[in-house]
Amino acid sequence: MAASPIVEFKDVTKRYGEGPVVLDRVSFTAQSGDFIGLIGPSGCGKSTLLRLLAGLSPLNEGSLRVEGTTPDAAAAKLAFVFQEPTLLPWLSVAGNVEVPQRLHRIGTAERLATRNRVLELVRLAEKADAYPRQLSGGQKMRVSLARALALAPKVMLLDEPFGALDETTREHLNEELLAIRQQEAWTAFFVTHSVAEAVFLSNRILVMSANPGRIHTEIAVPLPYPRTAETRLSSEYQSLVAAVSRVLRSVETVGA
Amino acid sequence: MTRKLNTVLFPALTGAVVLALWYGLHFFLSEDRRFLLPTPGAVLAALRDNAPFLARAAWNTSQGALLGFALAVFVSFTLALLLSLSPIVRASLYPYLMALQLTPLPILAPICVIWVGAGINSVALLTFAIAFFPLVVNTTQGLISTDRNLVELFRLYRASRWQQLFLLRVPSALPYFFTGLRIAATLAPIGAVVADMNAGSSAGDGGGLGFQAIIYSSQAKYPALYATAATTCLLGFVFNAVIVIVARYSLQNWHDSYERPDK
Repeated sequence: MAASPIVEFKDVTKRYGEGPVVLDRVSFTAQSGDFIGLIGPSGCGKSTLLRLLAGLSPLNEGSLRVEGTTPDAAAAKLAFVFQEPTLLPWLSVAGNVEVPQRLHRIGTAERLATRNRVLELVRLAEKADAYPRQLSGGQKMRVSLARALALAPKVMLLDEPFGALDETTREHLNEELLAIRQQEAWTAFFVTHSVAEAVFLSNRILVMSANPGRIHTEIAVPLPYPRTAETRLSSEYQSLVAAVSRVLRSVETVGA
Repeated sequence: MTRKLNTVLFPALTGAVVLALWYGLHFFLSEDRRFLLPTPGAVLAALRDNAPFLARAAWNTSQGALLGFALAVFVSFTLALLLSLSPIVRASLYPYLMALQLTPLPILAPICVIWVGAGINSVALLTFAIAFFPLVVNTTQGLISTDRNLVELFRLYRASRWQQLFLLRVPSALPYFFTGLRIAATLAPIGAVVADMNAGSSAGDGGGLGFQAIIYSSQAKYPALYATAATTCLLGFVFNAVIVIVARYSLQNWHDSYERPDK
């Protein structure tokens, strides 16, 4: 018997107010451990899909289940990494990482132990006392990631977290992200505009089309984990990038 | 080093130019009109000769100003929390708050005297009236200007309304709050001196700088009058300096208005 999915979208439709339909009858399931890359043209509803999953926005039609319950009820099992680092500038790195636990009123001993553990994971333990404005863009995103890990989520939602970083930093962070996931084992939804990034990270890629937002194609990425910088040099990786790019271009051409 | 030198050198040069102009203007006036603008030296001498009176008056004014200022901080902060709740609350209350600000102190003064009598209570109330508005406007603006992404983050973690207010909105409003504080700290001593003139009391040596100014003016002691003005300025500088120090302590690690600590 197949395991029940950790996330299930069934005919989910979303529009903001009286505006046009942003997501139209979106259906798919994610199994525990999946790393799902979401790509598609601007305005296809990738970020909206994540917001629905996070319970930040209600859906209009259909049903959405996270571990068999509503996103709101599953909130404690979800973490979100935004496009911007969204750090509280008046708190140190350590203070920022502790925010989710403070909001959940977790005791000091456990809070400090978790904070130290996740800062080690993102290799920022030595920056615990620094303030966000003393960090580079990449370091800020790592703090943001550490904060998301602090509540040991089962589902991680990442909305173009590395989009604003330079290519080299982005590749390093991609590798780090996978290395962390090896230890933490969460299910991931990763929105990106970079096909290469989506292929490198994901075991499944959902290519979305716009106006209205729909899942156009699902592409499996059969590259084995762990993936490293070497993975990018393999011919299999490169042909996958080319294949996904072709699908994406066809979707964008239809939408243009 | 050069930068530090400049921050001392240029203000000092400006001061020297102002003093030179002041002296120049004094000697430019005909001899029978020079009393209108006593020389800086004469003002300094008056400051020295009247130091005990001016110090006592400054102390009396400071008490009223501090009391009114503290009251303004407390009330404005509480009210700003209320105003930040919704645009309807703001639209309902702002016109009445503005009315308080738009009423001149000399008109409010007799009303205060009727309510709480002449003296420090009236001075404090009038100081409150002048310091209150910039504080409440700035703090409210700060509370409603929280970064939307951070608000989303707190929503994501299902933060309670109180957590969102005190762990997010209040700290993020601090730069606005301190801007309001600086304006209010400048206005408070001015308000207290005007209040002194209109609602102060000299009973039990309780007269403030405003009261002292009236005395010197009526006795045609013009250098002493200028010395009183200088003392009022000094009081304003002290109020401002305290706020600047507190603001620096609170914001310097994280706010962009201060240099990055690693630079």
